[in-house]
Amino acid sequence: MPQPASQLSRRRLAGMVRKESLQILRDPSSIAIAFVLPVVMLFLFGYGVSLDAKDVRIGFVIESPDSETSDIRAAFGQSDYFEPVVFHTIQAAEQAMREHDIDGIVWMQSDFSHRLHAGLGAPLGVIVNGVDANQGRITEGYILGAWQTWLTHYTERRGLPKAFPITLEQRVWFNPAVNSRDFLVPGLVAVIMTLIGALLTAMVVAREWERGTMEALLVTPIHIRELLMGKLVPYFVLGMGGMLLTVAMAVWQFDVPLRGSFLVLLVASALFMLVALAMGLLISIVAKNQFVAGQVAIIVTFLPAFILSGFIFDINSMPWAIQLLTHLIPARYFVSILQTVFLAGNVWPVILPNAAALLLMAFVFLMLVRRKASKRLE
Amino acid sequence: MTDSASPAITLKDLGKTFAGAQPVRALDRLNLQVKRGVVTGLIGPDGAGKTTLMRLAAGLLLPDEGEIRVLGQDMRDASLAVQSHIGYMPQRFGLYEDLTVQENLDLYAELQGVPEEEHAARHRELMHMTGLAPFTARLAGRLSGGMKQKLGLACTLLSSPELLLLDEPTVGVDPVSRRELWAIVYRLVKEQHMSVLLSTAYLDEAERCDDVILLHEGKLLGQQAPQAFSTPMQGRVWEVSAALGKRRLQQQLDLNPAVLDALTEGRKVRVVTCDAGTTPETLVAGLPEARIEAVTPRFEDAFIALLQHDIHKPPAVDTTPTTAIDRDEAVIQVQELSRRFGDFIAVNKVSFEVRRGEIFGLLGANGAGKSTTFRMLCGLLPVSSGHVSVAGVDLRKAAAKARARIGYMAQRFSLYGNLSVQENLNFFASAYGLSGNTKRERIALALEDFELTSYRETAAITLPLGFKQRLALAAALMHRPDILFLDEPTSGVDPLARREFWWHINALAESGVTVLVTTHFMDEANYCDRLVIMADGEVLAEDSPENLREHFRTAGETEASMEDAFIALIERHKQEAAA
Repeated sequence: MPQPASQLSRRRLAGMVRKESLQILRDPSSIAIAFVLPVVMLFLFGYGVSLDAKDVRIGFVIESPDSETSDIRAAFGQSDYFEPVVFHTIQAAEQAMREHDIDGIVWMQSDFSHRLHAGLGAPLGVIVNGVDANQGRITEGYILGAWQTWLTHYTERRGLPKAFPITLEQRVWFNPAVNSRDFLVPGLVAVIMTLIGALLTAMVVAREWERGTMEALLVTPIHIRELLMGKLVPYFVLGMGGMLLTVAMAVWQFDVPLRGSFLVLLVASALFMLVALAMGLLISIVAKNQFVAGQVAIIVTFLPAFILSGFIFDINSMPWAIQLLTHLIPARYFVSILQTVFLAGNVWPVILPNAAALLLMAFVFLMLVRRKASKRLE
Repeated sequence: MTDSASPAITLKDLGKTFAGAQPVRALDRLNLQVKRGVVTGLIGPDGAGKTTLMRLAAGLLLPDEGEIRVLGQDMRDASLAVQSHIGYMPQRFGLYEDLTVQENLDLYAELQGVPEEEHAARHRELMHMTGLAPFTARLAGRLSGGMKQKLGLACTLLSSPELLLLDEPTVGVDPVSRRELWAIVYRLVKEQHMSVLLSTAYLDEAERCDDVILLHEGKLLGQQAPQAFSTPMQGRVWEVSAALGKRRLQQQLDLNPAVLDALTEGRKVRVVTCDAGTTPETLVAGLPEARIEAVTPRFEDAFIALLQHDIHKPPAVDTTPTTAIDRDEAVIQVQELSRRFGDFIAVNKVSFEVRRGEIFGLLGANGAGKSTTFRMLCGLLPVSSGHVSVAGVDLRKAAAKARARIGYMAQRFSLYGNLSVQENLNFFASAYGLSGNTKRERIALALEDFELTSYRETAAITLPLGFKQRLALAAALMHRPDILFLDEPTSGVDPLARREFWWHINALAESGVTVLVTTHFMDEANYCDRLVIMADGEVLAEDSPENLREHFRTAGETEASMEDAFIALIERHKQEAAA
């Protein structure tokens, strides 16, 4: 006699988990999303994408070359950030800028040295390509920095009084080399886990609807909680696997420091994984074909994790309405924890509230899934 | 737990409506009972509500009104308990194609709570019953259609359910597998006193049921034994032969206002009259050398009579060809045609010829190689070796040139669902390179010939199935091809729409269009002038349906059915392969 259906059965759950695991192992697309895609993204963000401006091509317009102008040019040339190109007329430099050959112009007019020596205040013209506002601002900052360095040397050499009574002693914390990779790679963990947790889960459940297997499954005495657990467990393991792979590569391949404890990272990831899985299941309850499920998952989980989580774009510089919106994005809390654990350490005042937010979201989404999921077709 | 004295299923004023822009009344105040320990057939045309009823019985849907009791329990609150005692096979068998046969069985055994100690014995029994024992390690996706169907059935039988629900289990499955399924079902009923509810679109299967429920547009048209349906048809069914081509004869009889239905059967035409008062003399008046005899009515005759208000007979059109047709000219020539996919030989040295104005059939089970052959003939798939010429053009050299003379209608009608009838026709006309006056005239003619004028502005997706089929055919004929390829054109289409479709095809063939058709409906083979029967990529026979039926006739019978001939051929082939 079959056992009473009202109780949860360990055998039914084990059967579901085994079936799901076999399907993951046999489906090349699951493996690709869980393991190949993270590696590709890591390489892309680790090596390909950088928010630093390096080797910016700057046009130097030197209308009458002499020792002062070549001294300035040399000061720029020493830096990693610039690649100086010399022009003799401003027209030629402007032309090069229009043709996108250079990204900025430093202009020293023919009377530059004369006015400098005479103490008349020598104008140094600076034109920056502002099409990419971010890049433009960085270039502008670099130019100002290079100019200040040169000015300090110049006044020291001449024994002149310092132009500035105050000097800036700058120190950058947590990421002393100001390397954007150290900041991007930890955030990638959140993006990759969203991909596995939400996208993959939404797609595989939708596939069951498409192939008609869900219908057969629902008519067996399986309890809806067993069905949901059967989906959660294997993809939880898969997602944590993707997380471990990403962390290992971040630490050993890209030399990103892990200053906090690994255990904190593990617990926070597990919480986030639950949120992502619950969102994936929720999507698959609404969208019953793979195409729609995939699109919805990308738009409501993957893109926000990318754009609104603080992974690339700083949340504090967003308009307030968007800032409010980011509070609904689970990846935001996880990215905060990730960046803190990797670059700063176990900073509890940051970790605890964010972890609490994740816990709350996991609870809410799982409750929603439980309420919406039913053993009926409508 | 369940009440064994109650009927298997009881419906009381059961109603179900699907909400939407146009709400669909799927089931309308149904009252009926499904008996225990017998096979009950659920029959009805497309959209009758068969699948909805199945899903309500399986607990997948809730009724809007009334109640449904399964094994004595109300499905509103006891569906989980009932699900431990029923087996349900949905339309596509519900198998995981990326799991092996064994893994599928293990999964369902665990989900149905089959005790572990009984597991092995039950498993052996089912594998023996279904003949799947040698294939336990094979992925379910690599099984043939018939084997998938048997595995799907085995998965529902693991816990020895009291009630078995089978939703169109025999669709798209070859006749041999269909026969085997029926044998299994009857064994279960006899040995385990199982109750079975089975829905089907094959009317001949109704006759194998103990009890038949006939549904139409969500209403009950009748419930009784299949013989009880056909007995009142006594005196209304005749077989007519005459000195006319079989298509001409069928057409002429069909145009007779006293005739409800005329079907080609071998050399004869089976006629159902509108009422019992029609004398045989009036039926054959004007037919040369006519012979007529009364025959025993079948369930299908009763089905047609009950649904006669929904029968649509297309208007009579003049099918006399405008120019003389050389019906001996070979339009399609296939010699030693082969197609390999890696090591697998899908089509192995197939040869045949199709003559102008002929309806030529490719018959075979899934995986027999008929679709592959078909795709090579349309120029959709390159040939591995051999020679194919279509309309005198060698497909290896000039596929595009041949394609201009071919009309093609794919399975499931390739129409744009959100475009209107007019827009679909506009598109297909342009795709075939028509423009200006020619295009306008052709579209106007198509709307008129296929009686689509009143649906001009209707989106194709909302058309009734029969109209979708007409539109797809109109689109494929836009450029007046002289060869028409039809790939399983009536798959999933109910008997009424199928009749209408063949009416159009017959008229086309009469006017000189060559038609090549694949089908797994054995009775449709009767419409063909000649056909080939394929299995394992080879041609087993090439002949006219009449000769095949004659050839496989067993002693005492007047004529074998097309299905008997098919099964006999397949079995002979299997024996030869084994020897």
